[in-house]
Order: sequence, then structure tokens, then C-alpha cells
Amino acid sequence: MISLILRRLGTAIPVLLAVITLTFVMVHSAPGGPFDEEKAVSPEVLVKLNERYNLNEPLVVQYFDYLGNVLQGDFGPSFRYPSRSVTELISIGLPITFELALYAILFALMLGIIAGVISSLRPNTAYDYVPMTIAMAGICIPSIVLGPSLTLIFGIQLNWLPVTGWGDIPGDKVLPTITLGTAYAAYCARLTRGGMLEILNQDFIRTARAKGLSEFRVVVVHALRGGLTPVIAFLGPAMAGLLAGSFVVETIFGIPGLGRFYVEAAFNRDYTMILGTSIFFSCLIISFNLLSDLVAASLNPKLRDQ
Amino acid sequence: MKKINIASLLLLVFLSACGESESKVDSALTEQVLYFGNGTEPKDLDPHTVTGVPESHILMALLEGLVMRHPEGLDPLPAVAESWTISEDGKTYIFTLRENAIWSNGDQVTASDFVWAWERMLTPSLGSKYPDMLYDVVNAEEFNKGIIKDFSKVGVKSLGTKILSVRLKNPAPYFLGLLAHYTTRPVHRPTIEKFGEIDTIGSKWTRPGNFVGNGPFTLEDWQLNKVLKVKKNPLYWDADKVRLNGIHFFPVDNATREDLMFRNGQLHVTSTVPLEKIEVYSKQYPDLIHIDPYFGTYYLRVNVKKAPFDNKLVRKALSLSINRKEIVEKVAKGGQIPAFSFTPPDPNSYFPPTTLEYDPVLAQSLLKEAGVSQEKLPAFEYLYNTSEGHQKLAQAFQQMWKQNLNIDVELANTDWKVYLSRQNIGDYTIARAGWIGDYPDPKTFLDMMVSDRGNNQTGWSNYEYDNLLIKAAQSPSQEERFKHFYKAEQILMDELPIIPIYTYTRVYMLNQDVKGWSPNLLDSHPYQFVYLER
Repeated sequence: MISLILRRLGTAIPVLLAVITLTFVMVHSAPGGPFDEEKAVSPEVLVKLNERYNLNEPLVVQYFDYLGNVLQGDFGPSFRYPSRSVTELISIGLPITFELALYAILFALMLGIIAGVISSLRPNTAYDYVPMTIAMAGICIPSIVLGPSLTLIFGIQLNWLPVTGWGDIPGDKVLPTITLGTAYAAYCARLTRGGMLEILNQDFIRTARAKGLSEFRVVVVHALRGGLTPVIAFLGPAMAGLLAGSFVVETIFGIPGLGRFYVEAAFNRDYTMILGTSIFFSCLIISFNLLSDLVAASLNPKLRDQ
Repeated sequence: MKKINIASLLLLVFLSACGESESKVDSALTEQVLYFGNGTEPKDLDPHTVTGVPESHILMALLEGLVMRHPEGLDPLPAVAESWTISEDGKTYIFTLRENAIWSNGDQVTASDFVWAWERMLTPSLGSKYPDMLYDVVNAEEFNKGIIKDFSKVGVKSLGTKILSVRLKNPAPYFLGLLAHYTTRPVHRPTIEKFGEIDTIGSKWTRPGNFVGNGPFTLEDWQLNKVLKVKKNPLYWDADKVRLNGIHFFPVDNATREDLMFRNGQLHVTSTVPLEKIEVYSKQYPDLIHIDPYFGTYYLRVNVKKAPFDNKLVRKALSLSINRKEIVEKVAKGGQIPAFSFTPPDPNSYFPPTTLEYDPVLAQSLLKEAGVSQEKLPAFEYLYNTSEGHQKLAQAFQQMWKQNLNIDVELANTDWKVYLSRQNIGDYTIARAGWIGDYPDPKTFLDMMVSDRGNNQTGWSNYEYDNLLIKAAQSPSQEERFKHFYKAEQILMDELPIIPIYTYTRVYMLNQDVKGWSPNLLDSHPYQFVYLER
């Protein structure tokens, strides 16, 4: 187990280095710079600004300076928000994005597992087709369509829920959670159905039924434990995907999370912020994948020795 | 079927927790809190380093200058300065500051606060974005450009705790107007020095808890990308008149979301209206939609260094073949006014010359006269930044030029920073542009086209034009200045390095509870006059 962790961490370093290098080269080669503004900045001011952000050095020097700073945990000041450091911006955005992702995954698990179990119990009947068709639709509808539609129905037409914000008005977390969680709920439903179908056909289930156990005990106590393995394996990548992919939902609902900072940084040519968030997201994705590998390994002894 | 049942059940559980509550706008009536849609997230709150409109809205609440703008007109009203005298030659101003003007921490607002704030603003190493606002002051430009190192040579002096004297190099009748701009407002020296040097960019003095201001409101809370709250400042000299208890500024950069927020009762005033809704709302909610004239011009920049656009006849032909009336009525559709001059008419009764009527026949003959035929004019590029509105206008120009002059235009749509950078380095042929005046005077527009100004960007340079602007600066009377401006504008409209299209309007939604909000050219609404009542 320890060697697995060490091996994975060993591959993580070159991956991170590649991410930093590629992002660095890409942001600096993008046309337009952070100081291009509508009110043209005078050449004298530009010199001062370049000095402050270390942009007057050759690119190679800047790159190694940056690497050195990152190793010390310093992502530098943001260009867009001169009075804030990238680390501060990440620490503002992350808890919000994390909370949103957590609600979304809980919503997805709850809805997905229930729907998946129901359809696996009576496969190839209406009880199977209807939830699975809805699940397919859930996977296909992008959040950029689902979010505004939900807003229009529940926010404007019915006036039940606020259309924007995060933690200001009661109920404002409902629509973003549903919007972000739906696609994952649909995946969960399909994975649960697949896992359950495989388990329900096995001998120990027949034995359990033969013992005269109630259907509820058979399904919930015996079958579900094995039937959820694919869903658990999916959790790691799903959480990483939710964290890194929440910017669409954050933009639709005006949630001040990390995803929005990330996208805005690209438009603003906020070099340090783009680099900082890219590195941060890479670390996050690497750790969640490692975590999900570890869970899978602990469930399946065969994987441990590989 | 069960999935649907479960889903709706789940939703009901969520909903029962919240129910149908009173909207924020309703409860604001008793709380007297204004919910303000403020466009983008402010970069910072340092009046010397920011440039944006959202920042200006917040700084109007937090800091107060020597004068403020009258909410209905644009005339200067006494603010920190209780009164002032102007010498006969128009070059020396003596301001008497209010005895009861104090900072939000209880310190007196003194004349030396202004002197220090202006020193900071002009300090070259701070890299402030609006130093030219004070270039009329004796030696200010020289100090800002590093020619003079000693600030005591600059024409601003404290003649006592509450007496400030300002010496100008030219009589500048618009000078009081500049003093209402946020960049000339005072800043609290001990606070700034607590967190850094005079030239530290981005120190923590602008954070809630640290910020010390002298405006009608104080900074209460600032959550990035979420909300910035200000609350009434009980120490403000005119606090009795301030009826709002607070303002919440929401950074909503998406017009559709802002529109939803307004309809959901979460905002009193929006920063814009989605393009496709302007027409609908004008019919449906004529009481809520506001289309106010705005001191800004939508125009086209022409790169005069590129043939054949180095020939003014070609530029004129381009301009004459644009049907501006049709553009504003059928494309822009926001109540804009066709513009035939760079300066919008009537800031303090200045009426610029207008000679650019739509005339495709004349346009064709000018093109012939210039010796430009189809073969000689390959398709050229029209540069604009990504936005639905700019795109529609670009297509309209493309069609008009094709139809009237048989010229092919390629549309080049780039993101904001690329668009700015390409104009800055002159890598374009024709580009859209917009300019909003900073103060109510033609100078804020015409100065931009002086040779080699940072925002000229067309490569155009005209000796006579430059000279007229210098003469205008030296004129003692407004009448004479305007005469020079008029002539300068005539040259500009004859040469056409820029082609004006329309005068902007500011289109926004305003809740009817908001009272004391008067439309004006600079979209400036001092909050001490605003209150909520149904």
C-alpha cells in the first residue's frame, strides 16, 4: 500500500512540472497582457508595473523565479486584484466551491442510488426504462441549459427560490446544487444499476432469499454493499470533476467560488492567478485520483500488489 | 415513475424550508438599504490606482472631495470645501474646508490631507492611472514625470488646517468639475502609512476594518465576487441628510443574471439591460426601464498609417456611407442619438459642428476622387471585442460599406485584452471604440486626439489641432475656449481619424421605490440624496 502511494506521488511531480511549464508558456504567449486597459497606461507607469510584477526580466528568468516562489508556497500577487495574493483568492474561493461540490455529490448519490436500485430490481420493465431514460437525459443536458431553465421556472415563474447568491437568502443553494449534481446523479444511477444487476444474479443473493429474508434486507444489506463498488470508484474522479468543473454553475448563479476566479483570470491575463489556480487544481485532481485508487485497492486485494 | 415522485418530494422538502418569502426589495423599505447592481468586481478601492465605473460608484459612497456634482445638473456643489474663491485671472483657487468635515475615525479632514493625497497621486512610482486630472496645477505634470523631485514646488499648499490654495498654470474653467472626480479626493494618510509607503500599490489599507474615509458611508464588508456593503457614516458632516442606512453593491457582470435578480426583487438598480430585452421592456415596463443620455461616444478608430486610409477622402467616404439613423433605430435600439461629432453635444452648452450626414452618392464620388477602386482596395479588417452588441453593429457597417461602396470587410472578433493590445501597437485597420467623458467638458474627449496621446492610437497627428487645444487651455473665458474647441472639432471631423457613430445612452432598470435619483449626463447619483419609499 505504501509503495503504491509512493509510486503515485513519484509520477505526480513530473505531471505537476509539466502543468506549470505548459501553463507558464501558454499564458505568456497569449496576445494581450494584464496591463492592456481601455484608458491607455503611460509608458512610465508601464515600466513601474512591469517592475513590480517582475515582468521586465527575460522569460526564462521569470520562469525559474516563479518555480522558486511556488516551491516556497508563494503564488505571488494577483494582477486583477492588486491588493490580494493568489493564495488569499484561492482560500476565499475554495471553501465555497468545495461546499457546492459536496452538496452536489450528496444530491447525486441520494438520487442516483435510489433510482439505480429501483431500475435494477425490475430490469427491462417500465420501472427500469423510465428512470434510465431520465438519467440519460440528465447526462445529456448541459448545466448551461439546465441552470437557466430551473431559474426561470422556480425563480421567476413560481417565485419559490432565489435566482442568485450563496448563503445570503435561505434556499439560494438549492438550484445550484441541483444544476451541478444532476449529471452526476444520472451517472450514479447508471453505475448503481449496473453494479446491482451483477450482484443480484449471484448465488449468495439466492441463498439470502432462500433463507426467507425480506426483500428489503436482501437488497439493502446484502446486495448494496457489493453493488455500489463502481459508484465508490467513481467518487474520486467525480469530486475532482465537480471542483474543477463548477465554474459554469458558479457563473450562472453568481457564486463567488474558485471556478469563477479561474475563468476570469484567463480573460484578465492575470498570469499569477491562472498559474496558481492551474497548479492548485492539478494537485487536487491528483490527490482525488490517488484517494479513489486507495479506496479501490482496499476493497479489492488484487490491486494492492500491483 | 418513482424517480419523478422522489425528485419532486425532495424538492418539496427543500422548498418547505424556505417558502415564499418577502423579497429583498420589499424588506429594504424599512431597512433603507439600496441594492445596487454594480457590473464587475472592483479591482481595489484606492482612488489613485483604480479606473473603472464600478469602483467610482463605491468611492462616491466612501470618499468625498472638495466639491461634488449636483445630482440633477453637473454644476459643482460644496462638499468638503464649504466655499471657495477664484482669483480674477482664474488661476488661483482658495478653498475653505468645513470645520465639521471629519474622517470616519474622528480625525479632522485638513488641507494638508489634500496636499498629501495629491502628492501621492502624482508620485511617479505609485503609477496612478489618472495623474493628468491634476496636470492643470502648477508643476504637477513635471512632478509626475520626474522632472521635479520636490513636491513643495507643486501649486497646492495648505494655508492653515482648513484652508487650501491651488495654483493653476492656465485658467481652467472646468477645474471644479475635476475636483468631483474620485481620483482627486483625499485619502487618510496615517492609515495608508500604517500599511505601507506613499507609493505602495495594493496594500491592505482598503480592507474593511482598515479603510478610513470621509464620505457619507463607511466600508462594512467586502466579499469578493459576492457583495460589498457600506453603511451610513454617523460622523459625516451632513449625516442628518443621509436617509439610506446602507448600500450593497453586487458585482454582477452577466446581464442576463442581473436581469433575473432584478425581476426576483434582489436589486433596486441594474448596471445594464440585456440587449434583446430593451425593446420589450420599453413597452412592458416603461416605468422601470431608464434610458438616460450619457456623456460618451461610440466611434470607429481608423489606422491612418495604413493605405488607403491615410487618405482622408477614403475615411470620409467610409463615414458618409454609414446610415447612423438606421444604426441606432434598427441595430443598437437603446435610444442612442446619432453622433456627428466626437464630443457629445451640450456639456455646459457646447454644441460641436455637425457635417457628416448620410450621403452614399457623395461617398462614392469621394472614393473615385481618391483614386481608390475595387482592385486597389483589398478586403480590410474590422476589429471588435467579443460582445453581441458590437457584433451586430459590425455586421451593419459591413453591409452598409458593401452596399454603398462595394468594399469587402472582414470581421475580426477578439477577446478584450487582445483587442486592446492590437490597438495599442497599431496592429489594426479599423476598430470599434467607445469613450465616456470623465468630467463635463469637451476637453475630456478632444484631448485624446492630440498627437501621441496614449489613447489616440490612430497614428493621426495634426499640428493645427494640437495648437488649438493649447490655445483653448490658455483661454481665460469659457466662450473663447469653446471657440477653439469648435475649430479643433471641425478639423477632427474633416480629417476623420475617428468616425463617430452614436452618443451612448445609459440603459438600466430602476425600482420605483428609489427616490431622489435624477438622470444626468455623467450617470452620477450622490447617495445622500437617494432614499426608498413606496
